[in-house]
Amino acid sequence: MKHTWAMAIDLDRCTGCGACVVACNAENNIPVIGEAEAGKNRLMHWIRVNRYWEGEFPEAQAVYLPIPCMQCERAPCELVCPVYATYHNEDGLNAMVYNRCIGTRYCANNCPYSVRVFNWYDYKWEKPLDEQLSPDLTVRSRGVMEKCTFCIQRIRRAKETAAEEGREIRDGDVVPACVQTCPPGALLFGDLSDPHSEITRKLKDPRRFRLMEHLGTDPRVVYLKRQKGAGR
Amino acid sequence: MSGVAPRPGDHHLAHTDEAKLFERLSRSNLVTTWKWYLGVGIAGAVLLWGVIVFMYMALTGMGVTGYNKPVFWGLYEASLVFWIGLSHSGTLISAILRLTHATWRAPVLRGAEAMTAFTLMVGGLIPIIHLGRNWRVYYALPYPSSRELWPNMRSPLMWDAMAITTYLIGSLTFLYVGMIPDLALLRDKSAGWRRKFYSALSLGFRGTHAQWRRYHVASTLFAILIIPIAVSVHSIVSWDFAMAKVPGWHSTIFAPYFVVGAIFSGIAGVVIVMAILRKAFRLESVLTPLHFDNLGKLLCTMTLLWGYFYFTEFLTVWYNRNPEEWEVFSSYAGPYLPLFLTMIVCNFVIPFPMLCLKRVRRSVSLILVPAISIVIGMYAERLLIVIPSLARRNDPFIWANYFPTWVEFSVMAGAAAMFVLLYMLFAKFFPIMAISDIKERLFHTTDRTIGGTTVESIARVEGEEEAHA
Repeated sequence: MKHTWAMAIDLDRCTGCGACVVACNAENNIPVIGEAEAGKNRLMHWIRVNRYWEGEFPEAQAVYLPIPCMQCERAPCELVCPVYATYHNEDGLNAMVYNRCIGTRYCANNCPYSVRVFNWYDYKWEKPLDEQLSPDLTVRSRGVMEKCTFCIQRIRRAKETAAEEGREIRDGDVVPACVQTCPPGALLFGDLSDPHSEITRKLKDPRRFRLMEHLGTDPRVVYLKRQKGAGR
Repeated sequence: MSGVAPRPGDHHLAHTDEAKLFERLSRSNLVTTWKWYLGVGIAGAVLLWGVIVFMYMALTGMGVTGYNKPVFWGLYEASLVFWIGLSHSGTLISAILRLTHATWRAPVLRGAEAMTAFTLMVGGLIPIIHLGRNWRVYYALPYPSSRELWPNMRSPLMWDAMAITTYLIGSLTFLYVGMIPDLALLRDKSAGWRRKFYSALSLGFRGTHAQWRRYHVASTLFAILIIPIAVSVHSIVSWDFAMAKVPGWHSTIFAPYFVVGAIFSGIAGVVIVMAILRKAFRLESVLTPLHFDNLGKLLCTMTLLWGYFYFTEFLTVWYNRNPEEWEVFSSYAGPYLPLFLTMIVCNFVIPFPMLCLKRVRRSVSLILVPAISIVIGMYAERLLIVIPSLARRNDPFIWANYFPTWVEFSVMAGAAAMFVLLYMLFAKFFPIMAISDIKERLFHTTDRTIGGTTVESIARVEGEEEAHA
């Protein structure tokens, strides 16, 4: 069965807590680079929470916008990689082959959402932090690009489990780390090919929109617009 | 024109002492001064430093540079455009001027062609230097491998690699074929290992009728073929940027305006190199103010063209106020103001009025001012193309500026030193002056008396090869 993995992000529910960023770091062996490197704008986060200000002080209000990889159907990053290190996989996801990457960083330049990150160094996990590394993923070496994969290791595991049990994947079998963690439940993940899945129903919401849709990238991450008014 | 007493109606070659002419033109090959050793030593030391710093960067990671999250490309990529741009000089001077029979080109062409070849070698290394994993560069080579994976030909980087390789092979062939008669001349005049060296390189050229005819056909063909390659190379380099979904980069004007910028900086580079050659190898009698005057006129035209392209690019963005592009151009007045001012002043404000004056164009020391200012201005222009567009991406939350560290500066200083070193070695071992072409020009030149004055007249017979028989 062909899947159309997608993510819905309800901006009405997002509180900007950043739990998704932490969960992603823990799940995907993402290095913590420290204050000095972060000050040089080299954060390795695969999902970031943009914070914008609306209005002027003292009425200023923070607006949060979590941005993972959009998993574009027509991905600008895939086109420009000279070595096919980033490509469209059978599930329609932008997959990244670290071993193939030679580090031209062109994909990162061509990504309008700037979600791709680069391994500036060989990052080290000092003891006992190395104990927390996930064995499902590689630890990337210096000089390669990486980015959000929609927790592809969890998608693979769910597929294997379903195959062992001789059934199709059910809605809710795949939950990426950020979605699992999100305290207010702003994130939702699922299969748009399944007409009865929660995400298919949720995305009928008229609040839906996609980021920079005019660029024609056809993103798989759909946002639900923030409402204004009483009680918000 | 010493030697035999001139007779009216004779061509100039007839009353030129060819041995003396050869000695004058081949000074770079015949005399080695301590200054040459010093220059090679300094260039070699800087190059070595650049290589050491590059190794350090490759072994530690790109983190030692100033690159950051939105600005993934910076000084290296700007330098790539700069060096490939400089390479467009030789092609223009040699190929276009050859086809248009501009006979004044003779003393300039070899130096300009050599510049093309060496700037391309330096520029062609930068796509490898800037990789995160340089040691895996062969992944991008199209060869049947056990990985069973062909490179992605949709990537502008692949087009770029192919364009630069083609241009390098083409310009090296162009340089070499044009040099064969001069190498034969050097072979006849030299002894020892040099004689063996030049014998091998001159491919048995003896100056027979048939050989000259083939030589002329070949060099004309190369001249015709290299022009579309040169134009396409810088178009393709521009498409590394213009094809991307990056505001400020994604523009149809990029290809023609990169080509114009390339020729612009290329001629400025030729002026500087010629002035240095003239001084270093005492070529004052060959590289006359006339040559600098002509190069100056070309430069003046290119200044105007460059200014026009920049004006039109700004005008459309300014009128349109497309917010994404507007933010990029606004940053020219912010953190990138010094670069922007350098570019405008060095590329237009200084050179244009100066190059309009004949007094400046005909003075070798004065014309160096606009030429050097243009090279600086064009470097600033390339930085301004690469960096602000990335620093002001679509999402204001991740905006960040970029400044190179000592690593980028060292590696690029090494690249410049590599060019200087290659050029100095070339000037020492190869004929830096196109002796045969200069002789050919003298052969075509006669004195004509018109009224009370005698002027040089250059006549060229159709079916030129007959003349050499």
